[in-house]
Amino acid sequence: MATTSVMGGDVRRREDPALIKGRGVYVDDLQPTGLLHVAFSRAPVGRAKIKSVDTSAASSMPGVVAVFTHDDVAELGPLVAQVPIGKLRPLLAAGEVNHVGEAIAMVVAENRYQAQDAADAIDVDYDILPAVIDLKEAKSDATKVHDELDSNVIHTWTYHGYWAALGLEDQTPQVDAAMERDDAVIVSIEMTNQRLIPVAIEPRSVMVEYNSGYERFTVHSATQVPHALAGAIATMFGMSPSDVRAIAPEVGGGFGAKLNVYNDEILAAFAAKKLGRPVKWTETRREAAGATIHGRGWIGTATLVGTKDGQFLGYKLEAIADMGAYSQNFTVAIPLLGLWVASGQYKMPVSWTVDCVVTNTMTTDAYRGAGRPEAIYYLERIIDAFAREIGMDPIEVRRKNFWQKDEFPATMGCGFSLDSGDYEAAIDKLIEVSGYEDLIRRRDEARAEGRQVGIGIGSYVEVCGFGPAVLAEIGFSWSNYGLPASFNGSGLVRVNPDASVTVVIGTGPTGQGHETTWAQIISDRLGIPWENVRVRHGDTQEHPMGIGTFGSRSISVDGAATYNAAEEIKVKAAKIAAHLLEAAPEDIVFEDGAAHVAGSPERSIEWTAIAKSAYQAHTLPEGVESGLEAHTAFSPGNATWPFGTHLALVEVDADTGDVEILEYYAVDDCGNRVNPMIVDGQIHGGITQGIGQALFEGAVYDSSGNLLTSSLLDYPLPTAADLPSFQLSHTVTPTDVNPMGVKGIGEAGTIGSAHTIVNAVVDALSPLGVKHIDMPLRPKRVWAAIQEASN
Amino acid sequence: MTVNGQEVTADVEPRTLLVHFIRENLHLTGTHVGCETGYCGACTIHLDGKPVKSCTMLAVQADGAEIATIEGLADDGALHPVQEGFWERHGLQCGFCTPGMIMSAAALLAENDNPSEDEIRHGIEGNLCRCTGYHNIVRAVEYAGSKMRGEEPAAPDWEGAS
Repeated sequence: MATTSVMGGDVRRREDPALIKGRGVYVDDLQPTGLLHVAFSRAPVGRAKIKSVDTSAASSMPGVVAVFTHDDVAELGPLVAQVPIGKLRPLLAAGEVNHVGEAIAMVVAENRYQAQDAADAIDVDYDILPAVIDLKEAKSDATKVHDELDSNVIHTWTYHGYWAALGLEDQTPQVDAAMERDDAVIVSIEMTNQRLIPVAIEPRSVMVEYNSGYERFTVHSATQVPHALAGAIATMFGMSPSDVRAIAPEVGGGFGAKLNVYNDEILAAFAAKKLGRPVKWTETRREAAGATIHGRGWIGTATLVGTKDGQFLGYKLEAIADMGAYSQNFTVAIPLLGLWVASGQYKMPVSWTVDCVVTNTMTTDAYRGAGRPEAIYYLERIIDAFAREIGMDPIEVRRKNFWQKDEFPATMGCGFSLDSGDYEAAIDKLIEVSGYEDLIRRRDEARAEGRQVGIGIGSYVEVCGFGPAVLAEIGFSWSNYGLPASFNGSGLVRVNPDASVTVVIGTGPTGQGHETTWAQIISDRLGIPWENVRVRHGDTQEHPMGIGTFGSRSISVDGAATYNAAEEIKVKAAKIAAHLLEAAPEDIVFEDGAAHVAGSPERSIEWTAIAKSAYQAHTLPEGVESGLEAHTAFSPGNATWPFGTHLALVEVDADTGDVEILEYYAVDDCGNRVNPMIVDGQIHGGITQGIGQALFEGAVYDSSGNLLTSSLLDYPLPTAADLPSFQLSHTVTPTDVNPMGVKGIGEAGTIGSAHTIVNAVVDALSPLGVKHIDMPLRPKRVWAAIQEASN
Repeated sequence: MTVNGQEVTADVEPRTLLVHFIRENLHLTGTHVGCETGYCGACTIHLDGKPVKSCTMLAVQADGAEIATIEGLADDGALHPVQEGFWERHGLQCGFCTPGMIMSAAALLAENDNPSEDEIRHGIEGNLCRCTGYHNIVRAVEYAGSKMRGEEPAAPDWEGAS
C-alpha cells in the first residue's frame, strides 16, 4: 500500500490512516474531566453605543458557572496587532460595538447547550448608530467609524513609497506620460474583488487548561500558529512563553483564517485560570461567518496603457481595500503582499495606490493568497480587456511583455527581485497540453451554433516563502507577541539511538501533508528509510521556535531549515563512522541506510551502529560529544516567486445566466517538487477556491451592517457537482534562494484561477457586447449583464 | 439504538442532537460538526443503511435505529474500499470532511458500484470539502468502485505515479 520512495517520489500520505478511520483528534474532540463550555453574546447590530448589559437572568440559569463582561477582563488590555495601524478590538465590547458578531459577554457553563441558552438570555440595550459599509463612502469620511481616528482611511500603500528606506522611484509620471502618447491605447475598468469568508470546514475551537500549582497553561487550538498563540497568551498574562504550552492537533483547514490569534483564545485562557477548570469554546458556523476574519474586499479601477501592437507602456491601479472595523494580525499589511506582485509576469512601469479604510464589518486579514489574488485579478482582467480592445490573442499579448528568461533575477519597480522564472515555457506548455488551437476552433464552432462558449487565459506570479529577515522591518513578524523579529525557518532533526529519526518542525499542516513531505526530505538526505522518520509539529513544548504555516512558506523556509539540519547531522555522523571504520571523516559517504568509505563499499557501517555509538561515550571519537541532533534556523535572502498560466473553457446559458466550466487547464511552476501528489492536491484545492470567488462566494453586509451571508445556505461554496476534473501540468524552474530549489504551492491555484474564469465568461459573452461582470458570476448577475448589453 | 453493531442505551435531554450524542456520550469523535445546519455533510452517518446528516436530527429520533459511523466502517481492521481509495488517491487533505464524505461515498457505491463521474459528483454534492477541489475525491470513489467490482483501478493521474 504505502510505498517508500523519497524525494519527488510517489508516496502515500503518512497522515491518512488515522483520518480515514475517524481517529484523527481535533480540538473539539477533547473532553477532559471537569470541562466547561463557553458561548458568547454577540452584537446583532453593525454600529451602536451600548447603553446597558444585563447579565442577571443569564447568571442564574441552570449550569451557568460564570458570566464575564468588559470590566472583568479590562485589565488584560486588548490583544495587540503585528501591524499596529487602526483600532484594536477590545476583548469584550467596551461601551460600543462596531460590527455584527462583536463579542459583548462570555458565558461559561457546564455544557454547550446551557452556555448558549444563557448567552441568548443576556439583555443588551443599544443606541444604534448609522453604519459605514460602502467603501467609497467610508473613504469620503462622511461618517467616521471611530471618533478617535483622524480618518476612515487608516493607511495608503503606494508602489514606490511603501518602504521609504528603499528610496524607490515613483513611476506614476512614466505611466501618465504614456497615456499622453498619440499611439496610446488606454483601457480602464472599475472592478470589485469581493469580500470572502474563508470557511474552513472545521470551525475554530480552543480548549484551555490552567494548572495553578505550576502556574502553566496548556492550550489546544485549531490554529496555524501555535507559537504565536503561546506568545500572545504569555504577553497578555505577563508570563514566559515557556509556561504556555500551545498545541495545534489535527487542524481542519486554515486558509489564513487560523493564522490570527483571536480574542476568544485569550478569553478562554482567562476563564480557565479564573475558574480553575478546563474551558472549551467551539465556534458555530454563524460565528465563523461573522467573527472569524474575512478576506479580499477591494474596489478599484485598473488602467492599462499600451500600443496597438500589444506593447504595454504602463499600468495603474487606484483601489480601496476594506479593513473592517478593527485591525487584527497583519490586517493593514495584506494589500502590501499584492503590491509586490502588482506587475505580474510583465516588464512595465507601475503606479499603484491602495487606500485602507475602516468600515463597520468584520476584520479582513490573510485569506488564501492574501492581497496577491486581488492584485493579480485587477492586472490580468485589464490585460484581457486590452487584448480584446486591440484585437490580439490574449496569449500573444502576454508573451510580448513577459520578463525574459535571461533577465532573472529581475528587479521590479517595487524593489523586490523575481528570483527565477521562464514564463514563455509555461505558456508554451499550456498551449500544448490544452490543444489551444483546437479549443479556439471548438469555441468558434459553438459560437456559430449560437452557443456562448469562451476561453479565458490567466497568468500569475505569486510571492511566497515568507522568511527573509527584511520583512520584519515592515511588520511581518511575531515580535509584538514577544517572539524573535524574523520569519526564519526552524528545523530540529534528531537521530535516535535505534536510528529512527525524529524531526520537529516550526510549521504544521492544516491538510498540506507535512508529516509525509518532511519524512521524504530527511529520508533522502540521510539515507534512512522513510518509514523510520517521524515528523512532529504543532506543539510549542517540543520545539523552541515556530513561525507557523502561511504564505506558502513551509517547504521553502522550514523545509530548507530541516534540510540543513540533516546536513549538519551528516557531518557529525561522518566523524563517528570514520572513527568506527578507522577512516578519515571526509572520505565517508552515506548511501542505502549505511555509511561507507568512498571507493571501498565493503568498508561500511549501518546507521543503526552509528546512532548507537553516538549515545555511548566509549564509542565516540575524541572531542565529539554524545548525541546526534541538530537545530538550524534558515533565513533566505529573498522570497520565492512561483508562477503559472491557467486556461478555462466555459459555456454560459444565455437564458439563465448559468456558467458551466467545461475544461480547466493549469500549468504551474513551483520549482522542484518533493511530493507531486501533494503538490497537485494543493493546486486542485487552490483552483477551486478561486473558482468559488469567481462564481459563487461573496460576503454581503447590508447598509445597516447586517451580515446577510452568515450560513452556508447564503454563502454557497463550490460543490463536486459544480466542477470539472482539472488538467494539471507544470514546468520546473528551481530557485536558488534555498538549497532544495523549492518555491511553495499552497496559494498558487487560488491566485491563478479567479480571473481565468471571469476572462472566460467575458470571452463567451463578448459577442453579445459584455465587457465586464463583477464577481461572483452567479446566474442572476450574468443574466442581467446579458440583458444590459443587448439593450 | 445499535451503533456500529453494539447495543447502546442512554437517557438524554430531548433536545440533544444525534451528532452530539454520538460524539459526546459515545465518544465516537470521528463524526464531525461543520455547520450545524445540514449543508456541509461532515456529520454524515448511516442510519438504517441510509446516509443522514446527524446534526439535523435529534438523538431521540434515532431510538431503535441501526447506526453506523466512520469508526465502524472498516471490517475487522480491513479498510473499506472507499477508505482505501481515499488513501490511495489522495482524497483527503485536512481530513475534517473526510468521515462524512466517506460515509456518503460508501452509501452511493452500495446502491451503484459503477457510477459515472457525473453520478459521483452529484452523489457527494451534499458534502462540502474546502481542501481538495473534489478532483481526487472523485478519483478515490472511482478507485473504490473498481475494487468493489473486482477490477483493477485506473492509475493515479499525478506525475511519477505508480
